[in-house]
Amino acid sequence: MTQTTLPPVEKTQPVSSPRGSISDRSRAERKLGWLLAGPAFLVMLLVTAYPIVQAVYYSLFSYRLTDPENRSFEGLGNYWVILTDAVWWQSILVTVIITVITVAVELVLGFALAMVMAKALSSIRPVVRAAILIPYAVITVVSAFAWAFAFRISTGFVNSWFAWLPGVSETTDWFGGQASSLFVICIAEIWKTTPFISLLLLAGLAQVPDVLQEAAKVDGATAWQRLWKVTIPNMKAAIMVALLFRTLDAFRIFDSIFIMTAGANNTESVSFLAYRQTISRVEIGLGSAVSVLLFLSVVLIAFSFIKGFRVDLAQARGER
Amino acid sequence: MSTKQKTWWWIGGIVIVVYCLFPIAWILSLSFKTTADLANKQFLPSTWTWENYSTILTGTASDLFLPALRNSFGICLIATFISCVLSMFAAYAIARLDFPGKKLILGTALAVAIFPVISIVTPLFNLWRQIGLYDTWPGLIIPYLSLTLPISIWTMSAFFREIPWEMEQAAQVDGATTWQAFRKVIVPLAAPGVFTTAIIAFFIAWNDFAYGISLTSTSRARPVPAALGLFSGASQFQDPTGAIAAAAVIVTIPVVVLVLIFQRRIVAGLTNGAVKG
Repeated sequence: MTQTTLPPVEKTQPVSSPRGSISDRSRAERKLGWLLAGPAFLVMLLVTAYPIVQAVYYSLFSYRLTDPENRSFEGLGNYWVILTDAVWWQSILVTVIITVITVAVELVLGFALAMVMAKALSSIRPVVRAAILIPYAVITVVSAFAWAFAFRISTGFVNSWFAWLPGVSETTDWFGGQASSLFVICIAEIWKTTPFISLLLLAGLAQVPDVLQEAAKVDGATAWQRLWKVTIPNMKAAIMVALLFRTLDAFRIFDSIFIMTAGANNTESVSFLAYRQTISRVEIGLGSAVSVLLFLSVVLIAFSFIKGFRVDLAQARGER
Repeated sequence: MSTKQKTWWWIGGIVIVVYCLFPIAWILSLSFKTTADLANKQFLPSTWTWENYSTILTGTASDLFLPALRNSFGICLIATFISCVLSMFAAYAIARLDFPGKKLILGTALAVAIFPVISIVTPLFNLWRQIGLYDTWPGLIIPYLSLTLPISIWTMSAFFREIPWEMEQAAQVDGATTWQAFRKVIVPLAAPGVFTTAIIAFFIAWNDFAYGISLTSTSRARPVPAALGLFSGASQFQDPTGAIAAAAVIVTIPVVVLVLIFQRRIVAGLTNGAVKG
């Protein structure tokens, strides 16, 4: 079964075996390789490629689950409906705002966290490391609830703690408007995912050669100069990988929005829009079209990162 | 480092710990509040109570929470197990064998990892209804593989690359049979990597919300995050906040325990797969 997915044999010579013709041994090795890796590969394709193809197909129909008789071919009609609807552009705007804000803050904050962890004394390092893993491991829904309860008028303490700030009072309704809702959503996302970024950056930080730091120090560079001229340029790969993953992850935001606002006050993200069309309104056709557009957006982001910033994913994967 | 600098890094460390634990402490405190206390606008309860825990474990909400907890454990463990077995073979092939398509497999894993979950939900929702997998365990286990497999393949290949495989031959030279060499040399070397991968995969499956809420409709298969998301409508006469907080604490306990015990390995697993060249 897996044989069908074999790439065309021997037009392109694998880099790692430069010596001309393939021996029986390497042929056997190739077969074994696909035999072992094939099932995992196949399952991955089955659980993603197949549904997305199916989604493309559904998206061409006007198809509502409650009204299956009236299923009709629409061509690109669904896409036209979506792309000319303000709801779609609103959800794109919300998603982009959340993505840009959270990723920017997380990168700076994550870098600070990584610096502290790198310098933290060995006596407290295990404690810091365990603490930092907790937001990563906690369920997103739980984190969303924690922050929502903290900010909500009926259950929260935030209003009474921060009443001294201008614009905050005992009756501030954080979930009553778009901007303040998005603010709370961003805080929850930032809290949850900064630790992961900081771990990636910490690993990158460890790859910056100490010799360079010492040399810069001897040459009289200030700490600030060393950070910008030595540390950051040397860990560019790690920064880019963290940035790429977080951007794609943030763009798919769904859980926090569902829990905190359920899309009220124009806080609907693209994922939430797709969910609402499919599951709540059982508009399979429209929902599929939104899903396909979301998928295309993610592909576009990934592609522009890899081309634009030249993120070397081969290196990121540990494939030298 | 001077004493002054040391103090600053100490303070930095403490700030991080507070930052990470603060929301957890808050939801913990919330779970011990009485219904009257919920609106006290304070961080801590004025009187501590186990009331919320009894509501979800033995009381009115238990028929919502307990099946969800069972579903979550069952579905996540099975999905983790399947993806670990599949990726163990794949990672072995990637780390040890020379075959074209290695890059294709790793590239596919990457593509699947960045795939928007919701895009899969729509077609599966319809398909599962047609073939009867809607609201069943397999109906969630299968899509969960799209979450757990890619990261398992990456993490495990990164671990397997660092295993000194020559030791297998060395053992055979010393007179061990192939099986003994595998059993006594390779398994102990590979086990930590497999184990760490399993923990990370479990975290990811445990965290899922989108599949859980879209592909289930009753307590037959609904996992905890989805059940929590729908808790609010469950009991009209009572503010569900306390019950949600208590349930949130209970589902957080397993991950906290895993983190505390295996923190060093988890960090290695998370960063090996992603950054190290």
